[in-house]
Amino acid sequence: MTESLSQIFIGTLLANNFVLAMFLGLCPFLGVSARLNTALPMGAATTFVMVVASLCAFGLNWLVSAFNLEFLRLISYIVIIASAVQLVEMVLKKYSPVLFRALGIYLPLITTNCAVLGVALFQTAREYSFTQALTFATAGGLGFTLALLLMAGLRERLRLATVPNVVQGTALSLMLAGLLSLAFMGFAGLGAGE
Amino acid sequence: MAIPGQKQRSNVEELLEGIWKQNPVFVMVLGMCPVLAVSVSAVNALSMGLATTFVLVASTLLVSALRNVIPKEVRIATYILIIATFVTVVDYLIQAISLAVYDALGAFIQLIVVNCIILGRAEAHASKNPPLKSVINALGMGAGFTIGLLALGSVREILGAGKLFGIALFGPEFQPWVVMVLPPGGFFVLGAWLLLFNWLNIRKAKPAAIQSAEARA
Amino acid sequence: MSEAASLQPATPSAAMIRTLGIVATVCGILIVTAYQGTLEPVAANKKLALERAVFKVIPGASSVREFVAGSGGIEPAGAVVPQGAVKFYAAYDAVGALKGVAAEGAAKGYADTVRVLYAYDTAKQAITGLGVVSMRETPGIGDKIITDAAFLKNFVALDATLAADMKSLAHAIKTVKHGSKQNAWEIDAIAGATVTSKAVGKGINESAQKLLPLLVPHLDKLQGGK
Repeated sequence: MTESLSQIFIGTLLANNFVLAMFLGLCPFLGVSARLNTALPMGAATTFVMVVASLCAFGLNWLVSAFNLEFLRLISYIVIIASAVQLVEMVLKKYSPVLFRALGIYLPLITTNCAVLGVALFQTAREYSFTQALTFATAGGLGFTLALLLMAGLRERLRLATVPNVVQGTALSLMLAGLLSLAFMGFAGLGAGE
Repeated sequence: MAIPGQKQRSNVEELLEGIWKQNPVFVMVLGMCPVLAVSVSAVNALSMGLATTFVLVASTLLVSALRNVIPKEVRIATYILIIATFVTVVDYLIQAISLAVYDALGAFIQLIVVNCIILGRAEAHASKNPPLKSVINALGMGAGFTIGLLALGSVREILGAGKLFGIALFGPEFQPWVVMVLPPGGFFVLGAWLLLFNWLNIRKAKPAAIQSAEARA
Repeated sequence: MSEAASLQPATPSAAMIRTLGIVATVCGILIVTAYQGTLEPVAANKKLALERAVFKVIPGASSVREFVAGSGGIEPAGAVVPQGAVKFYAAYDAVGALKGVAAEGAAKGYADTVRVLYAYDTAKQAITGLGVVSMRETPGIGDKIITDAAFLKNFVALDATLAADMKSLAHAIKTVKHGSKQNAWEIDAIAGATVTSKAVGKGINESAQKLLPLLVPHLDKLQGGK
């Protein structure tokens, strides 16, 4: 079966949202979602790294398959992602200090974001072509940003509300995430049809 | 080998740290991605817990054994290499033991690599402690993680499918609470567990404060 | 793996590269050992899983062989499926007579891709069985495609005759609204799970349209499987 690009895009962005349906990238989702103004740069940085990782993984997978070295796939993915993140950090620092100041502190965090490795692993498992993989990574990153922004907006509001002591902290965030996830389930079936 | 300025802890304390005081799921809320994703049934939760424990213990052992020869600058790269190796090993082991489990866990076996618990343990504990101590600590952490997963998995399976470990608990009349095995259910059940722990902590806070005051006296 | 080393600040480079090299070697040995050690059990497991799935859609079969059907005819399947070819499984009974053919189809369902395995009876020229390989459909709604007896009745003899020119099916297999099935090539959808039912129909149709024109002219090659 060949999935069309729009199907992949909408499916990954909404119906199979990385955070709310696939449970990828929960650490930053719970950790960096307290304020709107940090959520956006974090989302942007993650999207960028995801696209870079997806490109690297696509090339690597071709290389690894060509030499029949499938057992090295995981280890090479993680090494290339970690290196790519550091490389991006260094390039940004040298050529675009403004962007670096905005995204810099989030970059090291992203190496251990499972959404990034998830993109690489899922695109391999689903045997996506180059353009499909690129669409998948972009939509995944945008979906992550969307979830992060929604969550941050909700949590900013909640700070003004009186909440019982017992519910404070992560428990509250998780309940919120559950409600968001429930809402996102409404998107299921989008793009299925004919 | 005791670190100066740090109190020597007994092996039992090391073991219990991960299971109770610093439970990765309920207290530290680390490595949530696999926890929520695979806890739709108790069997999946148990296999994931065991796989993670294996990687945790094996990589801790190696990191701890090599802790004096690894240069500081490349330690993270080395840890990631070691962890990725053991994840690959566990990936093949699970495939050899049961394909059904392998299919159920999907990409989340390979995603153990980026589970923050493992890298965190390597960096915070194994790189500073001798092998035996680190392994005991890792065992405790792994057990704590497995217990957390199992707590989540069994609640979700019981409510969402009316089963536990695949055995039907209620009669055919049971209407499963389907949302519990869907993604939102994961968030809700974990949230509810954390609520319970918060409540217990608040209840315990008072007597504990008195106790520690007595101990100091 | 050396690129990870080159990115670090270069204090004593030689020592760092040496350590990384040693660790990488140890890791490599571990991985290769695990890979070689599990190769056989994994292959055995995969074979068992495949047999179990195929025997379920083709009752009475006792052995399975993998083939690919391409423009050049039918060949035993290798590691990679050539461009434009379709992989399928031929099932044989205890004495080695062909019992049927099974192949996979996939289409986008409600939540994610639904992958199904269907059985094709070469004598009846019909789809005679349905199994699900993987899906993430809503439990209790979408997963009725495995449990709903009325739905499974569609796959007792679902017409899949080839058109006269042998290039496509005489009638495309399609899923129709619940209760409106009229022809042998239509699938009666499950009420309330139309999207998933449609995905099943679409997956089978796409796969059968591709596979059967390549397969049917060469059926004689599949006989005598043992």
